[in-house]
Amino acid sequence: MGSLANGQYQVFMALHLIHEVTSPQAFGMLKDKGLKVAYPGRTFATVDHIIPTDTQARPLADDMAERMLQVLESSTAEHGIEFFAPETGSQGIVHVVGPELGLTQPGMTICCGDSHTATHGAFGCIALGIGTSQVRDVLASQTLAMDPLKVRKINVNGALKKGVTAKDVILHVIRVLGVNGGVGYAYEYAGSTITNMTMEERMTVCNMSIEGGARCGYINPDETTFDYLSGKERVPTGAEFDAMKARWASFASDEDAHYDDVVDFDASDIEPTVTWGVTPAQAIGVGERIPTADTGSELDQELVTSALDYMKLRADAPIKGTPIQVAFIGSCTNGRLSDFEAVAEVIKGHQVASNVRAIAVPGSEKVDAAARALGLHEVFEAAGFEWRKPGCSMCLAMNPDKLVGDEVCASSSNRNFMGRQGSSTGRTILMSPIMVAAAAVEGAVADAREIFELEAV
Amino acid sequence: MSELSKIAGRGVYVAGNDIDTDRIIPARFLKCVTFDELGPSLFFDERFDANGESKDHPLDATQHEGASILISDANFGCGSSREHAPQAIQKFGINAVIAESFAEIFHGNCTTLGIPCLQMAAEPRSELARLIEAEPGEELMVDLEALQVVYLNQSFPFSMKPSAREAFLAGTFDPLDELLASREAISAVEARLSA
Ligand code: SF4
Repeated sequence: MGSLANGQYQVFMALHLIHEVTSPQAFGMLKDKGLKVAYPGRTFATVDHIIPTDTQARPLADDMAERMLQVLESSTAEHGIEFFAPETGSQGIVHVVGPELGLTQPGMTICCGDSHTATHGAFGCIALGIGTSQVRDVLASQTLAMDPLKVRKINVNGALKKGVTAKDVILHVIRVLGVNGGVGYAYEYAGSTITNMTMEERMTVCNMSIEGGARCGYINPDETTFDYLSGKERVPTGAEFDAMKARWASFASDEDAHYDDVVDFDASDIEPTVTWGVTPAQAIGVGERIPTADTGSELDQELVTSALDYMKLRADAPIKGTPIQVAFIGSCTNGRLSDFEAVAEVIKGHQVASNVRAIAVPGSEKVDAAARALGLHEVFEAAGFEWRKPGCSMCLAMNPDKLVGDEVCASSSNRNFMGRQGSSTGRTILMSPIMVAAAAVEGAVADAREIFELEAV
Repeated sequence: MSELSKIAGRGVYVAGNDIDTDRIIPARFLKCVTFDELGPSLFFDERFDANGESKDHPLDATQHEGASILISDANFGCGSSREHAPQAIQKFGINAVIAESFAEIFHGNCTTLGIPCLQMAAEPRSELARLIEAEPGEELMVDLEALQVVYLNQSFPFSMKPSAREAFLAGTFDPLDELLASREAISAVEARLSA
């Protein structure tokens, strides 16, 4: 819109999404200042982080969780903001809900008090995670103060090998570019591997941009994007849709656009990737050995040593065969219908190892309903997974789904930080949903291609 | 909101690259509807073991009691967008953070709250940390105008994101009033997009 005195830009936000963890405090800040929500029609709310996935009966068993939910209910009601409450058929993880309802549309500026807002960039949006004070700014003014971003184009070209998924692509990118390689940048993903992906795969890639340090992720909108949006609840139909589509298509960045940096990847170099440490960049191909701490600067070495200590893993040992006790499939990275379809396809006829606790948590009520309609929940249950109600679940420890002690979890989520899954000594190994399924069956980190006899292409 | 150009306080060094927001404030402490009580939970799992016994974290060392300037390493504050992290830092009594580099959302959150994030290169930073360890108890003087920290008569240069420095010096680090000043332009954009 314009620039501010300190040189930042003021940017209008077309869509604002909120949830119960980072937003209730913002309503308090508004009240303190005697301000109202400027455009309530541009903000939508859901509850995801604190919601239990076994029973969602009210009041919630955890008093504080119940209070957070109540504050969200009352603030949204007071300010006229639409709230996708549980049992409405629309509740779910905020970054699953926005796209599946068609609220997320190409060319939009989107923000949410949540770092994985980067997910929405898969639609050709500028989608930013923001803090609570900025949630306040957006509620009050529908705008944000922003610094300009540099853009790094990440080209991935070629066909992925059998058993290699979008999750492996992004873990590989972060492994190579590092957890802070993206600081100051927006990541634009391009190349044939990306354009051949479905929208759900693209969302998985953009989702973890923040794990690479990037402010947001972006993929040019194309026919795949428009097809996905066609028929979604909040997307117009008929002539209006055609007109929108033409406008959306015009938002794509030009072939000869200027990039501050370009990095090329070859899809055939990417293996099923798993983390061994406590940042998403501490990742290796499933067939590789855990790194040793004898290269790099003193701080780098210290980082490896302390990660190995925390993970209780040995340098130079194979990661394959590392025992796991918990398997989690879900989250805003990999909790969409196609994720559960992919696992259901391979897990039929297999059983989760007897000492592994395995849960499958759909990302939203819509995902849950669609999966049930296909009978996927039965496939999971027959294999020994629990099929839960939608929420963030074990992605982070704000609800009853947690690790106990130093349990190791094979997880389809996005963060393997120390203590992330609810126990201060709990250990997380990030991987794709089918790799989690393979680990669940084997009781240890395994190569899905071997466990499920996926043929090489 | 007033201008901020100088900050005085004792320093404390918390070593490590990639210190993420889950470590700064573990998720279980995010269950709150205000930020008021977050101070004591800062770095909780780094400071205390599962039985609540102290793990001798620098923040709890007697010589660093009351320290208000936090020094750390690269990519400080990576991970989630939770403002709970800078809120906990501020409520704990920290008024400025010095590091090699910062994660962006964290940096933005700190700025809005009035906590300057100062980027200092490895060499002066480790020397400053060493000096604080060797001779704690004195106050650091952070000067945003001169872009230097002075400790025991030695000066340590740092850099800042220009827009953040500008905002502190002008006292406009909380942008809300400025954003609201363009209400008319905002409603014009809104009208155009809704058409
Ligand atoms: S699923 Fe995990 S990363 Fe995604 S919004 Fe929930 S807690 Fe955040």
